[in-house]
Amino acid sequence: MAVASTETTTLNNVEAVRQTLYEALKNDPRTLVMGEDVGARGNVFLITKGFIEEFGAERVIDTPLAEASIVGIAIGMAMEGLRPIAEIQFADFIYPAFNQIVGEAAKTRYRSNGDYTCPLVIRTPYGGGIRGALSHSVSIEALFYHVPGLKIVAPSFPADIKGLLNAAIEDPDPVLFLEHKKTYRSVKGEVPTGHYTIPIGKADVKKAGTQLTVVSYGLYVHQALDAARQLESEGLSVEVIDLRSIRPMDRTTILESVRKTRKLLIVHEDNKFGGIGAEVSAMVVEDAFFDLDAPIRRLCGPDVPAMGYALTLEEEFMIPTSRMAEAMRDLVAF
Amino acid sequence: MAKAIESPVLERHGLSDEQLRAMLRNMIMQRTLDNRGFQLNRQGKIPFATGSEGHEGIHAGAAMAFERGRDVLAPYYRDIGLCVGIGMEPLDALLSMFARGADISGGRQFPNHYTNKKLGMLSVSSIIAAQCTHAVGVAYAFKLRKEHDRAVLCTFGDGATSEGEWHEAVNFAAIHKLPVVFLCENNEWAISTPREHQMAIRDIVQKADGYGLPGVIVDGSDPIAVYDVISAAFGRARSGGGPTLVEAKCYRFLSHTTDDDDRTYRTREEIERHRHLDPVPRFEKTLVEHGIMTVADIDAMKKDVLREVNEVTDRAEALPYPEPHELYTNVYEGTHEPWL
Repeated sequence: MAVASTETTTLNNVEAVRQTLYEALKNDPRTLVMGEDVGARGNVFLITKGFIEEFGAERVIDTPLAEASIVGIAIGMAMEGLRPIAEIQFADFIYPAFNQIVGEAAKTRYRSNGDYTCPLVIRTPYGGGIRGALSHSVSIEALFYHVPGLKIVAPSFPADIKGLLNAAIEDPDPVLFLEHKKTYRSVKGEVPTGHYTIPIGKADVKKAGTQLTVVSYGLYVHQALDAARQLESEGLSVEVIDLRSIRPMDRTTILESVRKTRKLLIVHEDNKFGGIGAEVSAMVVEDAFFDLDAPIRRLCGPDVPAMGYALTLEEEFMIPTSRMAEAMRDLVAF
Repeated sequence: MAKAIESPVLERHGLSDEQLRAMLRNMIMQRTLDNRGFQLNRQGKIPFATGSEGHEGIHAGAAMAFERGRDVLAPYYRDIGLCVGIGMEPLDALLSMFARGADISGGRQFPNHYTNKKLGMLSVSSIIAAQCTHAVGVAYAFKLRKEHDRAVLCTFGDGATSEGEWHEAVNFAAIHKLPVVFLCENNEWAISTPREHQMAIRDIVQKADGYGLPGVIVDGSDPIAVYDVISAAFGRARSGGGPTLVEAKCYRFLSHTTDDDDRTYRTREEIERHRHLDPVPRFEKTLVEHGIMTVADIDAMKKDVLREVNEVTDRAEALPYPEPHELYTNVYEGTHEPWL
C-alpha cells in the first residue's frame, strides 16, 4: 500500500471514479476502458467524458450493446496482458454477462492452474433511490459473492473509491467494482492527491462506538452514520463499519468490534434472504456466539424482485434513516 | 502417335513433400489418440473421453497454416489434432486423459480441455462459444499494440454458432477489423441435434453476411484445401483486412463422447453414407497416388505413431494424480481465504 499524500482535494464519488480512471489510462498503457456509451458520450454519468479525445478510440471503446462480449472480450485482453476496465452501464444489465464473469473470468486462473490469469476490472453502477425502477435500481452483489475466483468491492466514500479502484486495476485477478448511483453526486469527501491503494478485503470503522456494531456498505453506510450520530445526542454509542470489500470480507474488524459492543445490526439495501448479511451473521455466530448479548438483527431490502418506479413503491423498498435509528435503539436497549 | 496421358497434378499450394507427410502424421496421430481415449475408457482406466474422428483434415490443414510462436489458438474440446499440430506433445494429451498432476491444468480439466500459454493456446472451456469473445479480445490486444504479424485462430463447432456469444464475438471482430480467423468445424451434429434443428440455413457461412465479413466454405476432409483457405484468411487478418469466417464441412464419426450413444439418434446407415468423407484414407490415397508416400511408408508411419502413443500412455499412466491439497491452489494469486 502506497502512502497517500497528506494533501487532499474535495471530490464527489463520480469525480473520484473519473480521476482514478483518468490516472490509470495516463500512467499505464496496458489499461483501457470499454463499455456502452463510454466514448463519445463519456458514459451515461459522464464519468469518462473527454477520455476519448485524450486517449483515443482504441483505448476508450464504445462497444456494441452486448454485455456478454463486453466482459468476454475484456477477458481475452486480460489473458493477453492488457489491463481492461470494462463497464456494465447499469448493474441490472449484467445478467447476459453472467456466464463470462462466473464461468470464465472467475475460473481462468483456476482451470488453467495458473497458466493464464485474468486481471480484469468490471465497474458497474448499482442500487436504488433514484427512481430507477425495476431495471436501473438493483443490487447484484449477492449473485456474485458466492463465487470463488472473483473479488467484489463496493466502496462509497471518494477516498475509498480511489484507493480501491487503484487496487482493483492493479489486482492480478478479476474484480467486480460496484458503485452506488445515489452516492455518485450526493457524497463528497477529502481525497488524498497522488497515487495510493487500499487493500481489497479491509473494512473501515467509519465511527467508533461501544454499545452496538452496525455493519453496512454502499448508500446505507451514510444513512447508518447519520442515524448513529443522531443517537449520540441520546447518549447511545454506536460503531459503524463500512465493509467496502464484499469478497474477500474482513472478519478481523467485524469480530473485534462485535466482541467489544456485544451486539450486531447488519444493514443493506439488497434483499435479506441469502444476502451479504446472512454470511456476516453466520460468521459471527460461528466465531463469536458467546460474545453476543442479543440476537443479531438484519435490516435489509424486502423480498421482492425489485423496487417499483412509483415513488411510493420505491420509498417502501428503501430503508429510511429513521428506521435505522429505531433498529439501533431497540438493539442497544435489548 | 499416342497422346500422352496427363497425370493429374496435385494442387499443393506450396506445401512441400515433408509438410504433406507431417500433415498425414498429424492426422494419424489424432486418430490414434482418439482411439486410445476410447480404449482407456472402455478398460475402465479413465472416466471419460471425447474424440475428433472425422475432423483430422481440418486440424492438419489449419495447424500447418498456424505460425508457431506468433499466432494464438482459441480452441474447443474437439481439437486434439489441431492442438498436437501446433506443437502440443502427445504426452500432454495422455496426461489430460489420465488427469495426472503433471497435466498443465494439474488434472483439473476434462480430457481435451487443454491450456498451453507457451504455445499460444488459450484454456479450453466446456461452455460452448465462450472462447470466441476471448479470441477477439486477444486479437484486439494485437491490434492495439500494433503487432501486425499476429493473428488468432478461433475454432468451434456448428452448434456454437447458435450461441449469442458467438454472434457478439463475430460482430465485434468485424466492426474493428480484428485479426481473427473464425473456423467452424461443421460436423453436422451438436451431440444429438442435427444442423437443421440448430438453424434454418444450409450453410453456416451465410451468417457471415449479416456481420459484414467474408465467409468461405471448404471441404474439411481435404487438409490441403483447408490449409489453403486458412492461410488466405490468416493473410487477410495480418494485412489488416479483418476477420474471415471459414466453414469446414466434415462429419463426426464417433459418438459425442464416451458417455454418449449415437445409436439413439442416428442410424448406422447415415454414418456409412458419410464414410467417403473420412479424411484419413482419402489423404493417404492422395499421397500414394502422387508418389509422395508408398503404402509401406504409411504402414511404417502408423506403426511409429502407435509406438509413440503406447509409450506416452505408459508414461502418463505411471505418473500420480495431483495431491489433494492442489484443490486449493490458483484460486487467486497467492493463498486465499474468503474471510480475512
